[in-house]
Order: sequence, then structure tokens, then C-alpha cells
Amino acid sequence: MEVTKVSNATRVFKIGEVETKALRGVNLSIENGEFTALIGPSGSGKTTLLQLIGLLDKPTTGNVTVNGQDATNLNRNQRADLRKNAIGFVFQFFALIPTLTAYENVEMPLLLNGTKPAQRKARVNQMLEAVGLSDRAHHRPDQLSGGQQQRVAVARALATNPKLILADEPTANLDTENGKQVMEIMQKLNKETGVTFVFATHDPRVISYAKRVVTLRDGLIVENNGKSPK
Amino acid sequence: MYQTFKLAYRNLWRNKTRSLLSALAVGVGMSLLLLMVSMLEGEMRGALQNTIRLQSGHLQIRPSSYDENKISLKWEDLIADPDQVVEKVRSLSQVTVAAPRLIASGILTLRDESKGVQILGIEPDSEANQPFRDGLTAGEFLKADDREGILIGQLLADKLNLKVGDAVNLLVTTSNGDIDEQLFTVRGVFSTRTPGFDENTLLMPLAKAQAITATENHVSTIFVLLQDSEQAEPVAQALQSSNLKILTWREQNDFVVQFEDYANAFFIVLYLIVLGITATVVTNTLVMAVFERTREIGILAAIGMKGRGIMAQFLAEAALLATGGVISGLILGSVMVYFATVKGFYIGDFGITGELFEDRIYAYLTLENTINLSIITYIITLVASLYPASLAARMEPVEALHGIGD
Repeated sequence: MEVTKVSNATRVFKIGEVETKALRGVNLSIENGEFTALIGPSGSGKTTLLQLIGLLDKPTTGNVTVNGQDATNLNRNQRADLRKNAIGFVFQFFALIPTLTAYENVEMPLLLNGTKPAQRKARVNQMLEAVGLSDRAHHRPDQLSGGQQQRVAVARALATNPKLILADEPTANLDTENGKQVMEIMQKLNKETGVTFVFATHDPRVISYAKRVVTLRDGLIVENNGKSPK
Repeated sequence: MYQTFKLAYRNLWRNKTRSLLSALAVGVGMSLLLLMVSMLEGEMRGALQNTIRLQSGHLQIRPSSYDENKISLKWEDLIADPDQVVEKVRSLSQVTVAAPRLIASGILTLRDESKGVQILGIEPDSEANQPFRDGLTAGEFLKADDREGILIGQLLADKLNLKVGDAVNLLVTTSNGDIDEQLFTVRGVFSTRTPGFDENTLLMPLAKAQAITATENHVSTIFVLLQDSEQAEPVAQALQSSNLKILTWREQNDFVVQFEDYANAFFIVLYLIVLGITATVVTNTLVMAVFERTREIGILAAIGMKGRGIMAQFLAEAALLATGGVISGLILGSVMVYFATVKGFYIGDFGITGELFEDRIYAYLTLENTINLSIITYIITLVASLYPASLAARMEPVEALHGIGD
């Protein structure tokens, strides 16, 4: 079953008089349970594509469907709702709220979707255990290493049990060992829970984990799992 | 809600000094307003109480022809047979003091100096004279049968360089328009701490005042004090008669009453100006916080927090700043108001026609003013946070998260 579908998506940024075409007509379908890498050099459009799929941005033309729902005409709040229920994010920078503990960061999306306290507690503990950070639950981000912070971000992304996790360069700021740990955790969760992962990267070590690799260049998909797009 | 405030508290605590200074700015603004409003309230209240105890009483009974703009000694403008009226007034349970008084004008001359004065003919034994008795600074109080003695205000004594025992000449216009003149002896000097009164007033026994002005058993007014100032209107109603005019303290002090209404309206404008300035500090603090936390706003939006949730986050921070501001304002304000209530501020000889201001202002803070000011401070601080809060709420997640890749 299709988790997300991007059809003929373009994204043009206009800064003053200058137009930059970040995406020039992208078609991409991601099936349930995939572990897919979006690769390509800097400026190829990986992050822009991830932002469109994550409903953080709207395509200039074309459509994005998430969980079978066309997001083209959704307003800000409807997109926020769809994000809250269907999508988890892991960012390149360790995107945790610095004033909250690891536990509270993981709890935040559960608070937003109104999960009851008892279930919330169980779920947060379960997720922290899954990323191996139960003993760091009450540490603030500045008391955690980069790798630990990124694992908390993974736990938070998965807390509400979304269908799709989008990770933008999740290992870019990590050393080899921590990068490996994060990728292994993501791979394990993909296998165990069937949650779909799409991650943008240009790190060859990360690419090796992917089951499917989509290559972008100059705003177009130039290779889809070893094949040229139709 | 709890989570929102928990996060707000921690966010404010991230930049402790800035948050504390912002709350303090609100507090200082509020405390200064508390001081100002309590000083004005104290001033008005003091002037009113002073005017009531020295001049207007809670009620004054005058003949129906009474004109407040002139001091008339014509018999038709005076109350004849005042004892009968006094008797009737005293029979009312709300009345504590009813004293007949004759008011005349005269000129006090000493060697080559002269000074216009208001002569107050009083019954020396009446309780109505307590402020003068308490305020005696030299000599002794008048006796009812004294035919040559007068009391003068301290400032009048200073001006004419008079002291107890000195003889002084007094010129008086009588009821039939003639001028009479007599030598009097200063028996005592009083101070009511009210420059406007002490500079112009001369007291003498009522019988002597009636004799020198040829008003024979007539008085200008009956000065009435009540147990409670709020009883003035019903008592005035009960005493209504065709040949007498009953004036309440409100009617006689309409300037102060009106001025207080005017001052209250003026203070609302002043509140807005002062708190508007302190509110800009709050706006500034929160705008800085929005820009510092742009990426966090993006993260919250990415995980599904809607605009109103983000807005609530900043409003909660403003609410905490406002609470800190109001609490510090109340503490600082209490200290300042306490000082101003106990010590007062010297203002010297300040007068408005018809009102008797003391030479010091003492603050008087009412619960109503305190509550009003706290609420206004709170609301203005919240209003000041609307701009930064909506700025945060309107941020596009993708822009807020900028820098997440290519």
C-alpha cells in the first residue's frame, strides 16, 4: 500500500527577481514498509522533496498525497493535523526542545494528539527503551551526546506510531560510531514495526542501509533503485 | 495547559536575567502608578476630611437666602433663634455635633500693617472646635464669656508677628453696614496644618461676634457632624424645611468630588501611557525570544503543533511575566506607599478656592485602586505579547526550520 505519492511536483523559490527551480517535476511513490534513501549532491532537491512529502512546504505545481489523502488543498491546520498523525521527523540538527528532558521531548507529540496520561507514559518508556535510552530519560539535550540526542529524535518521531518517518541527513552531524548506531536503530524499527523510512543523505555508509535508493540531480529524479525513471 | 505553562516557565528561566528584568520593568511601572494613584487619593481624601472638619461639616444648615459667594450679615440672611434649630438637629440619633457659627469678615490692624480675615464666631465649649483645641500651639482656648479674647491661626500670627497677650485692632462690618472697631487680645494661637485656613481665620466667642456685628441671637450657619458621612443625604432630607437650606458635604465640596472623577479618568490614560512603555519591554523580550527560538517553533510545527498552540506558548510566557510583574509591582508599590502613608510629602501652601489642603500629602491606597491597577497591568502585558505570539504562530514551518539541509 502506498504511504505517500508525489506527482509532477515542482518547487520554485523566488528571491527578489531570481527564480530557483529546486524541483522540476518529480514523481515518486513510497510503499508501506520501505527503507528508502534519497541521495544526490548538495542542491539536488533532496531536502525540498522531503519537505513536500512532510507537508512542511507546498509544491508550486503538482500534488502530494500522504496516507491516501491529497494535501494540495489542505490549510495550515489540516496539514498540521496530518503531520501530527501520519508523519514523524528526524532532522540533521538534533532537533530537540532544549528545555525539555528526553522523556518530555518524546512525550510532546503524544500530548499534541491527546494521548491519555497512562498510555503516554507507557509509550514514551517503550520508545526510549527501543532506542536504548531508558537510563537517560530525565536528561536534558545538553546532557546527552549528539548520537543520544538523535536517538531521542528517532524515538519522538515514532512516538505517535506514524506510518512514515522522514529523516533529513540523520547522521550528518554524528561520528561514524554514533551514525552507525542511529542507522541500525532505524533499520531495526523498520523491520520490527514496519514503519516506512525515507531519508535524505549523501553519506555512502548510510546509503548502504537502504533497501531502495532514489537519486536526484538538479531537481529531477535521475535514477530510481538503479533504473532510469520513465 | 499545565504542559504549556511548564514549558513557558522553563523558556523564561533559560534567560533568567532578561526575564527578571522584564518582569521588574512591569513591576516598577505598576508600583509608580500605585504610588501616584494613592497620593492623589490621599490628597483628595485629606482635603475632603480637612474641609469637612474645619469648614463644611457633614451638613450645614443655612437660611434659604444663603449665597455662598458673599458673606452677608443682614438679618434676613441669618438664622434667627438658632438654639431651637440646634435642639431639633441634636435630637437626631445620627448627629454627633451641631454647633451654631457666625461668619463675618474683618480687617486686623497692627501698627501700620493690616490683613483681611474671616471671623468665626464659635461656641467655645462645642466639640466642633476640637481641631482648634488640639491644634493650640500657644496660649489657651477661648471661654464663652470672654469679651476681648481672640484666637488666631499660626500663619496669621507669623505674618503679623503676633504672640499671645498682644493687643490687636479689629475692624468689622456690622449687619446694618456700619463699621465697628475694637481692641482684642490674642489669647492663643492654633495650627490646623492647613495653610489656607490658618492664614486667614480668627476665632472669637459667638456671643462677642454677635455683639460686635450687631446680629443679636442670629447665626450664619449650624455646623453639623454625623456619625457617618454617608448619612448626610438622609439626615438632610429629614431636616428639610421651607426657610432653611441644608447643604451636604458633597454639595459643598463638589469640586473635590468632581476632581476625583476627573482624576480617575485621567489616571486611566496615565496607566495606559506608563504601562504601554513597560509593555514594550515585554514585547521586546518576547520578540527576541521568538527569533532566538525560530528553529524550535519550526520543530513544534513539524511535529504537529498548530499556530494557536504556538501562540498559546508565548501568551503563557507573557502571563508568567505579567504575574511576576504584578507581584513585584505590589511588593515595590507597598513599600513606597507605606512610606508615603506614614511620612507623607511636604507640599507647603497649596490651595484651591473653597478647599483646605494640608501642608503634607499622605498616600491612601484603596483596595479598588490596587485591584484595578493589577488587572490593567496584567491585561496590557498580555496585549503586548500578542504581536510576538502571532509572529511565532504565523511562521511557516519550513522557514522556521531553515538550515536543515540543501
